[in-house]
Amino acid sequence: MNKAIAVFTKESFLVPVIAIILGLLVGAIAMLAGGFNPILAYTALVEKVFGSAYNFGETIRQITPLIFTGLAVAFAFRTGLFNIGAEGQFIVGMVAATTVGVAFELPAIIHAPLAILAGAIAGGLWGSVAGYLKAKRGVNEVITSIMMNWIALYLANWVMNSFFVPKGQQRSEMVHDSAIITITWLSQMFDNARLHWGTLIAVLAAIFFYVIMWKTRTGYELRAVGLNPHASEYAGMNVNRNVIKAMFISGLFAGIGGAAEILGVFHYQAILTAQPGYGFDGIAVALIGGNTPIGVILGAILFGILSFGAAGIKFTAGVPVELIRVVIASVIFFVAAHGIVKVFVKPILKKKEGGN
Amino acid sequence: MDWATVASNLVHDTIVFSTALIFAALGGLYSERSGVVNIALEGMMIIGAFTGAVITNVIQDSGSIAPWIGFIAAAVAGAIFALPHAVASITFKADQVVSGVALNFLAAGLAVYLTKIIYNGAGQTTTLTEVFDKWEIPGLAEIPYLGHALFEAYPTSFLAFIIVFLTWFLLFKTSFGLRLRAVGEHPRAADTVGINVKRMRYIAVMISGALAAMGGATITLTTTSNFSHNTISGQGFIALAALIFGKWHPAGAMGAALFFGIAQAIKALVQVYGLTQYVPTEFIFMLPYVLTILVMAGFVGRSSAPAALGKPYETGSR
Repeated sequence: MNKAIAVFTKESFLVPVIAIILGLLVGAIAMLAGGFNPILAYTALVEKVFGSAYNFGETIRQITPLIFTGLAVAFAFRTGLFNIGAEGQFIVGMVAATTVGVAFELPAIIHAPLAILAGAIAGGLWGSVAGYLKAKRGVNEVITSIMMNWIALYLANWVMNSFFVPKGQQRSEMVHDSAIITITWLSQMFDNARLHWGTLIAVLAAIFFYVIMWKTRTGYELRAVGLNPHASEYAGMNVNRNVIKAMFISGLFAGIGGAAEILGVFHYQAILTAQPGYGFDGIAVALIGGNTPIGVILGAILFGILSFGAAGIKFTAGVPVELIRVVIASVIFFVAAHGIVKVFVKPILKKKEGGN
Repeated sequence: MDWATVASNLVHDTIVFSTALIFAALGGLYSERSGVVNIALEGMMIIGAFTGAVITNVIQDSGSIAPWIGFIAAAVAGAIFALPHAVASITFKADQVVSGVALNFLAAGLAVYLTKIIYNGAGQTTTLTEVFDKWEIPGLAEIPYLGHALFEAYPTSFLAFIIVFLTWFLLFKTSFGLRLRAVGEHPRAADTVGINVKRMRYIAVMISGALAAMGGATITLTTTSNFSHNTISGQGFIALAALIFGKWHPAGAMGAALFFGIAQAIKALVQVYGLTQYVPTEFIFMLPYVLTILVMAGFVGRSSAPAALGKPYETGSR
């Protein structure tokens, strides 16, 4: 029992929790300023998510890509890199999966895995461009990966318009049934919510993250380079190669996320008018999860609930859905500036000591 | 079409599109010269674009003064919006990149949230009837081709070039500038001679916010005439790239901003001249971002960054 209390009063647990509370408070203030009732809105959010089997299933659908992009950002963070380009890697993953899904006709046992693999590799390669430029040319990966996000968006639209979108339409042809990873029986249980194998793959990806990062030599090197590139170089590690490798693996996660979104949810790719946003939310997910696989899953659940529930606050309380962006941004801010959060944590820690 | 006209238009448009980048890059310059990474330029531009559009919209019955008031309001809003970044990075020693990213998201969310509240659920502000008119420099603007290219521009463009000069003067010819650079290069030494490092950095970050926001307002008050979620789409990051490419020097940043402006000018002209049948539009849209990456990749100059960039300063530390 004491052990349980110890876990919940640990700083690594308290900081994210208080950051979330502060983020929700900022959201509440923004709602009050806009003349809305924050209690009504947050209640509506929770009711939206847990109100029906369909909505609950759709929330899981929303959580899945966030696990992938969260893992992508967290993996890079662990190696000392800030992968703000998960967005673009997610998009090229979508493109690759759509390409394989539409252009080929194969038996299901090969087709779906091949489409996912294509998405993974596309995402990985896209990510490693930023890694390469960082390693070989000393260009800050944040700027390149942002630019790569925009390039991915327009490139995706060009590929779709040139090869897969029928004239006058705004979305590609459907991928072949053999490439689809929807779980039909589970979807039916949730009133046709779009549930798919991608969710299971996401959990497996989290395990893969753990194993490669903490149980292999590769992971050891990647972490070492992240912690201290100079010492790692001195110890004989190839820093440049590790930077590229880290961005490749990071991109793999985001790419699979994009592929799963196409093969599991939409079964076609729409012409993009804006960034899908999963890559950006992945940053929040990774930060709130302390860049650990378990933390990422928990963070994805939280932000998945917030972003799916946003539709509820729009419908019931009339609050624009962008409010949730404000909440998520505030949470990132408070996690970054954890000094501010610690001002709030201190009294709690003191209380604990007083209780002993 | 004759090539002199095209060239004249290209230079003209380059100045139009570079203006916002020059403002934002100069904004980044103040912050980064003082030692605070400012990746939040994008967000500050968004706040400026939004504030400029809304305030001008509200008071546009007052005539041609309206965009000026909107422009100044944007600068004030930008300075205020920069404050959390300063608090997080300077007082609480947060990771400056992450704090900046958070501010970018906050700006994007907040601006659209407020737009929807103010304009009854619409995703963009109503189109402004009163925006900046182009100024023509008497006499010089009459010169064939050259006049249109260089001496016919929005007032904000002229202002941007003036601020480039003022920034150079302030930074390299005044004691304020020396202090600002000192806290960015060697905060410990600056502290020792009695410069308040944290105060200097606060001032720098807030100037940064004001200038970047002026850049954002330039876009809504000259080219787009309204604000929506994609009014600012990466320009803040391109401005940051211009700052790095320009080696953290006002003239260098201006030159780089003009260079990046060409990409956007080409983008605009290709559409005007109907060349999209030869080049897919998607590739034209990609151009500014591709160019930024290519330039950054071809340019190696890590050593010219301020020495204490990104490092929080602990009073009395060694």
